[in-house]
Amino acid sequence: MALAVVIFLLVIGSVVFHFASPWWFTNIAADWGTIDLTIYITFWVTGAVFVLVNLFMAYCVWKFRQKEGHKAVYEPENVKLEMGLSIFTTIGVIAMLAPGLFVWAQFVNVPEGAAEYEVLAQQWQWQFRYPGADGLLGAADTGFVSESNPFGINPADPDGQDDVVVNDPEMHLPLNQPVKALLRSNDVLHNYTVAQFRVKMDLVPGLTSYIWFDPTEAGTYDILCEELCGIGHFVMRGSVVVEPLAEFDAWLAAQPTFAETQSMAAPNVAAGQAQYALCATCHGTQGEGIQTMNGPKLAGQAAWYTERQLKYFKEGVRGGDGDTNGQAMAPMAQVLADDAAIRNMAAYIATLPDTPAQTTVSGDVDNGQHIYDRNCAACHLDNGDGTWYTDAPRLAGMSDWYFVTQISNFRAGIRGLHRSDDYGEQMVQMATAMADLEEIEDVAAYINTLR
Amino acid sequence: MAYVPLADRDSEMEMHHPHTWVGKYVWCQDHKVIAIQYGSVAIFTGIVGLVLSLLFRLQLGFPESVSFVDPSFYYQAVTMHGMIMVVYLLTALFLGGFGNYLIPLMCGARDMVFPFMNMLSVWVFLLSVIILMASFFVGGGPTGAGWTLYPPQTSMAGTPGHDMGLVLMLVSLAVFIVAFTMGGLNYVVTVLQYRCRGMTMMRLPLSVWGIFVATILGLFAFPALLVAAVMMLFDTLLGTSFFMPAIIESGQAMDYDGGSPILFQHLFWFFGHPEVYIVALPAFGLVSDVLSCHARKNIFGYRMMVWAIIAIGGLSFIVWAHHMYVSGMNPYFGFFFATTTLIIAVPTALKVYNWVLTLWEGDIRMNVPMYFAIGFIFTFIHGGLTGLFLGNVVIDLPLSDTYFVVAHFHMVMGVSPVLVVFAAIYHWYPKMSGRMYHEGIAKLHFWLTFLGTYAIYLPMHYLGFLGVPRRYYALGTTDFIPQSAQDLNAAITVAALIVGVSQLLFFFNIIWSLRFGEKAGPNPWGAASLEWQTPETPPVHGNWGDSLPTVYRWAYDYSVPGAHEDFIPQNTPESEEPTVQEEHFNPDQDDSLANV
Amino acid sequence: MSFFKNITNKSWERKGIIGGLKPEGAFDTSPEKVALSFFLVVATVVFSLFTVSYFIRMELPDWQPLTEPAQLWFNTGLLVASSILFQWARTIANSDSPRNIKTAFIGGGVLAILFIVGQLVTWGNLQDAGFYMTSNPANSFYYLLTGVHGIHLLGGLWVWSKSSIRLVSGSEPQEIKLSIELCTLYWHFLLVVWLVLFAILSNT
Repeated sequence: MALAVVIFLLVIGSVVFHFASPWWFTNIAADWGTIDLTIYITFWVTGAVFVLVNLFMAYCVWKFRQKEGHKAVYEPENVKLEMGLSIFTTIGVIAMLAPGLFVWAQFVNVPEGAAEYEVLAQQWQWQFRYPGADGLLGAADTGFVSESNPFGINPADPDGQDDVVVNDPEMHLPLNQPVKALLRSNDVLHNYTVAQFRVKMDLVPGLTSYIWFDPTEAGTYDILCEELCGIGHFVMRGSVVVEPLAEFDAWLAAQPTFAETQSMAAPNVAAGQAQYALCATCHGTQGEGIQTMNGPKLAGQAAWYTERQLKYFKEGVRGGDGDTNGQAMAPMAQVLADDAAIRNMAAYIATLPDTPAQTTVSGDVDNGQHIYDRNCAACHLDNGDGTWYTDAPRLAGMSDWYFVTQISNFRAGIRGLHRSDDYGEQMVQMATAMADLEEIEDVAAYINTLR
Repeated sequence: MAYVPLADRDSEMEMHHPHTWVGKYVWCQDHKVIAIQYGSVAIFTGIVGLVLSLLFRLQLGFPESVSFVDPSFYYQAVTMHGMIMVVYLLTALFLGGFGNYLIPLMCGARDMVFPFMNMLSVWVFLLSVIILMASFFVGGGPTGAGWTLYPPQTSMAGTPGHDMGLVLMLVSLAVFIVAFTMGGLNYVVTVLQYRCRGMTMMRLPLSVWGIFVATILGLFAFPALLVAAVMMLFDTLLGTSFFMPAIIESGQAMDYDGGSPILFQHLFWFFGHPEVYIVALPAFGLVSDVLSCHARKNIFGYRMMVWAIIAIGGLSFIVWAHHMYVSGMNPYFGFFFATTTLIIAVPTALKVYNWVLTLWEGDIRMNVPMYFAIGFIFTFIHGGLTGLFLGNVVIDLPLSDTYFVVAHFHMVMGVSPVLVVFAAIYHWYPKMSGRMYHEGIAKLHFWLTFLGTYAIYLPMHYLGFLGVPRRYYALGTTDFIPQSAQDLNAAITVAALIVGVSQLLFFFNIIWSLRFGEKAGPNPWGAASLEWQTPETPPVHGNWGDSLPTVYRWAYDYSVPGAHEDFIPQNTPESEEPTVQEEHFNPDQDDSLANV
Repeated sequence: MSFFKNITNKSWERKGIIGGLKPEGAFDTSPEKVALSFFLVVATVVFSLFTVSYFIRMELPDWQPLTEPAQLWFNTGLLVASSILFQWARTIANSDSPRNIKTAFIGGGVLAILFIVGQLVTWGNLQDAGFYMTSNPANSFYYLLTGVHGIHLLGGLWVWSKSSIRLVSGSEPQEIKLSIELCTLYWHFLLVVWLVLFAILSNT
């Protein structure tokens, strides 16, 4: 009796919840309204079945509850009724399946003239490649992957020379132009998902998969990875900007081609050295770091990391509210006039002799190791050396007190949340693996043993 | 040579009659003891799985204030929760637990056909659980690759537990498959060969049909997992490249080349999809019997129900790639697999209709098992219908890998089968223990579990519509996920905690009632099927006393017109059918044909 | 009664005792044989899935076919002979005279052991020739498939050894008739599996 009422209420409640729920599909930004339509058809068919069958069941439970002197009716089967219900169900299934298959056929067949671009995923970031003037993407293979050629583009393939490479998690697409995304992975399975585009597909190492869509709404949308790809899965983010063709073309023209990235002149170390004098005040003449000046050790850090951080300071990505030391650094970075100057500086710093920084932090090394191995080593490596591949800087032998302040800043949201800090949000999330200052110091103490 | 009835193992019973405590409860070959051993180990493992789920639910609900779940542990907990619940809890409990207990009793046999192998099965199963649990204590911890164990991620440095944890998982699965095969051969052969006199296949209760077909599915599906596990072990330990393509780990090219990760997915889901029905079919069977008995009405459309079980079982082998619509496989497969998948809806829907029609014009006793059974129909309808979304290939594009998937499969193969587990335990508890559970506590347990799980999973579907991805340690900031989604996550966690804690009621109830429950009598529900007609309650070793039963009718003679009582046990001869005139009927008198 | 006819009857209308002591629908043979038949189907699924994986993996570009050593023909001969001896043992066990039963049954097993030794020798030769398991997927599959087949055979030999001990210690062939029967069936199965594997391995 009570159950009949509850089931009745649950049916009503579910329907009410459905209509009252604020959680529903995001606004669609691609020409896949047919997918949404299929979902609505399915919703109406299944919703009707849900309501009817459950209400009928609730009615039965109420109507045929045990009563004195009442006896159940003996009826082993009713083939006609069962066949009728089966046919009825079959019709319902066809009503859902037919439009589904029809739309799937559209999804499978890419329209002529769809512009191609490539999405390359790796642990745990996105990169993108657009064909150059020749309209062709050059051949690529993981065998060619290196720090200077993260896409693994075959250097011998003429088609690849003019490919536009975007080694950055933000991509652009032209509005109202059907595009076909070619999906590749350098390591594990990933999944290229933009909720507003409705379609998604796995990126599988060893093969190229695809999706196509026609962006219909200008805007900036998040790219999420939706295939478990390791510990950094949940922080593997990117974004896609849909904009009118002219703006898109302008953006594309500003990106380097593969050939340009390969033929970049070597940095001028001497020029970097000349400008380093200013840095030495806080970071020491050998880049060894001076804690009293809040200048962390620089020597031993990879050039690509130093370079990126200098840019961030210069552009105000780092050194924002709450980051007192960073605010001191920001004007210093302005001294470096252009990207070339930043490169020269980073290259010079990478030549400085690397002696491990003095240890200033102590803590529970075992606990630190436990946390480090489980959560940090995936990117910063077991030995704390870091690697360009995961965009993880070196930790071993660097200033431990600086590590503590930076992790604290990540945890407090002071560092890493700036829109242009491409890899900062990963650290904001991963830093939660350390519960409090004590655990941060434990990890710092463990990193001190890696030298 | 005298003809010994197949189902009679008198000679062997003598041989194995245990006398010591160890013989009775440890090295025991009695199918009922083995069933309880199987069930206990499965439920213990399930508790571990439940606790893991509560831990990661805490992280999802309250990411700011929960500090003891780090990303590594989150992925490990999610992975172990999934594998434990699907394989070590549900498969083992339905087949090893209920299968073992009910098959010989419902078929009218003294025991399983190979009692020694049966005993071996439960101990090997325990071994597999120990191996699995050991992975919590090795360096790196258990694997965190997701229960689907997709390569190449499983054995790469970015995944927690990618070395010892993974190896132990694969070895444990292989050992489990050995245990399952030993048990499974037993169940199948017992059903086929050891039915008592007169017990035709179509007189078997649907419980046996469900378990029987599920076991056959298991026997044919688990090899795919075994093959995948063996090849993955080779890849991980010996460096072969079955599944591993040329890939890069932390910037260094790994020593693999050319393997196919999608091949693994095909193998995995060739096991994985039938696995859904390995769990669902026994649940279908058990719930049919519970519904019929407490509605005092035969199960409606018995033949169709049997055919539907067989049809679903058969179809389940040709739908596996619907788990792989967005895996990067050839997209043209989508047409075929979407069609086969939606075809399954027809026999499945028929089963639902027939359950509801069993209630129609019944005389429904709202006993506790009935609450759970009706709750099951409700959640199963919900979970089944959402399956139509995901099966319909194009709808899977926006929804796959979101919380919609999580909500769907928990509704259909988490909540629904578990409600049947409770229905079945409450239903057969009086036979297993001889005592009645405490009804008030049991009802409270039902309400908390039923309403609580619905409160967890109904809203979770809507997180999926919104596009919230599954397997995210934390949502972080996105442009389309509002703060309210996080609040909803917190609410879901609260509901999950309530459901989790309320299971203590169940454990308290069944343990307390063992001692203090009312004496139940041999057949408190007035059930017609054979397992309620044993001479002793609980049934003793050998089940049937001196002579095996003989069966004269199907298992659903409820409310037969003209009969005195509203049920006629299966072993009541036609001539002794108790009519209104015949007051005194004693089924135990009938042994006229048992000693032929 | 066919299975189909069996499951279409309206069981609620069929009252009374149906069938004899053997329940309707049961196979007219020992339960052990039914169980073994099911197991053989399971093993067939295992080998089929390995084979399917083999063919799928073969399509990928890095595959270099392995030239199977000629010694496999000799090994195959051993396994064929082993199967023949088991068949002979089965015939003897079903006849009235137990003559030659030990030769046949034990000889069959010994030949199977020799087959396994032969397989190990080919493994060793391949290793010496530089065909390591990891050098190419074709090699990996060769080791994997022959290994899995060998493990199945070892399982059979375990049962065989128990029966052989009984036979040697004076049991009548009648007592282990069932065991001989089951071993024979299993050996024929593994012979067929091997012939199929051998055909696939040497033709690809």
